[in-house]
Amino acid sequence: MNTAIALEALVTLPRGLVLTLALTFASLAAGFVISIPLSFLRASSNPWASAPVLAYTYAFRGTPLLVQLFLIYYGIGQLPLVRQSFLWPVMREPFWCAFVAFTLNSAAHTTEVLRGGIQAVPRGQVEAAKALGLSGFHTARLIVFPLTIRIALPAYVNEVVGMLKASSLASTITLLEITGLARQLVSETFAPYEVFIVAGGLYLLFTLLITQLFQVLELHWARARNPPPPARSL
Amino acid sequence: MKRTIALSLCALVICANNAGAMDRKILTIASEGASPPWNAINADGQLAGFDVDVGRDLCRRMNVECTFMPQDWDGIIPALTVGKFDAIMSGMAITEKRKKSIAFSTPYAGGFNQLVMRKDLALPATDTSSKLDLTSIDAEKQAVIDQLQGALTGKTLGVLRSSNSEAVLNELFGKVATIRSYDSQDNMHLDLVAERIDGGLADYFTWKTFLDSNDGGIAMLYGPQLSGGLWGPGVGVGLRQDDRELIAAFNSAIEAARQDGTLKRLSEQWFNIDVSPRVSN
Repeated sequence: MNTAIALEALVTLPRGLVLTLALTFASLAAGFVISIPLSFLRASSNPWASAPVLAYTYAFRGTPLLVQLFLIYYGIGQLPLVRQSFLWPVMREPFWCAFVAFTLNSAAHTTEVLRGGIQAVPRGQVEAAKALGLSGFHTARLIVFPLTIRIALPAYVNEVVGMLKASSLASTITLLEITGLARQLVSETFAPYEVFIVAGGLYLLFTLLITQLFQVLELHWARARNPPPPARSL
Repeated sequence: MKRTIALSLCALVICANNAGAMDRKILTIASEGASPPWNAINADGQLAGFDVDVGRDLCRRMNVECTFMPQDWDGIIPALTVGKFDAIMSGMAITEKRKKSIAFSTPYAGGFNQLVMRKDLALPATDTSSKLDLTSIDAEKQAVIDQLQGALTGKTLGVLRSSNSEAVLNELFGKVATIRSYDSQDNMHLDLVAERIDGGLADYFTWKTFLDSNDGGIAMLYGPQLSGGLWGPGVGVGLRQDDRELIAAFNSAIEAARQDGTLKRLSEQWFNIDVSPRVSN
């Protein structure tokens, strides 16, 4: 263990943090927004609504993210049609290619996570909403979705942590996030051990922060659901 | 009696082995397999190229059996030092920085690097057959560099990660151009064709293979032939520093291959010109 190199890595690698976090949370946010309507379609009993969504989630959950990233970055860049289109200024940039790939992947996973949550909402709750005269949209927005989020939260945390780690794949398309900077530093120092230990430590730190943050949210919602028993008077 | 026979057998084996002067019989040599004509993976999935042919010839001279294995460029040096294989023959230039981690044989080839830029950028013309040695930069050389810097300002340039070209590119153009580092030369070619990058810096012969291909028509060599400086004295076999016996064996085999013209012949076969080292050192 060469402490000088480890120290150098400690100074250099955090410079990639902004890009790692931007990629992770931008893709998660976009993926989440896309997955909300998709998860309702996916949970629908109408096969015309659920089958196309199933095809999409099946394709994106069933293939490696690295393959998806290469298809979007190198594959799409090969098509003259795309290169001449209005999309090219965006797809020309490695950041946006990574963003698109990660978003599509994350949306597919999140859709399935939320679908599980929607199907776990007790039937009685939905029927009660109908009895109160709520429309389908209002039932979804006011009853099903808030319950779904609470049920699906623990599974969704896995997706968030998974995306943080998966963002390291962006280093394969020339982006200098934490892993990209680590690989560059290794190429300068030939010391993979020290550099990757520091890189791993950074990911671990942020995984810890994310899980703690979601735990607070989980506890908060759990308290709201089960209010503390009223103080007993003697 | 038995003992005598055993001893004389022993002596015989030692004599036969004298050419290589090594205990080792099997050697694993790593090569990137993505920088033709230095090294590439051929249609059969086997490593082939100048590095491989030279390697086989040197192994024959050292009397050892060699197997070649592909290894990504990125990480090839750490993999050698931890013992995943015994030697690197992958068009690797001998440099002071690499010498801190590994040892090198004497050079088995020279070579030079050059910029390649997309034709449609319509950059000011340059003399691509002139030479520029970066070892000591005087006013005249600085003028050439300044001119290149002017032409490449605001451009996006690609380069192979962990290469000397990467260090040179960062030093010369890091301030005026955007630099993207690729894990293989092939991926850089894809992005050059896709116009994600405007050009790049790499080994001349690797460019030549690309420029002669169908896709290569969109790009051209740009600026002088670059050598010296961070690129060092030439291309050598990368070896572990404590592997003294193997270093000595490679050195004498390279010297023999240089003297009997094998290096020159293989170089002309793969590069169409002689890049064999001029002097042994």
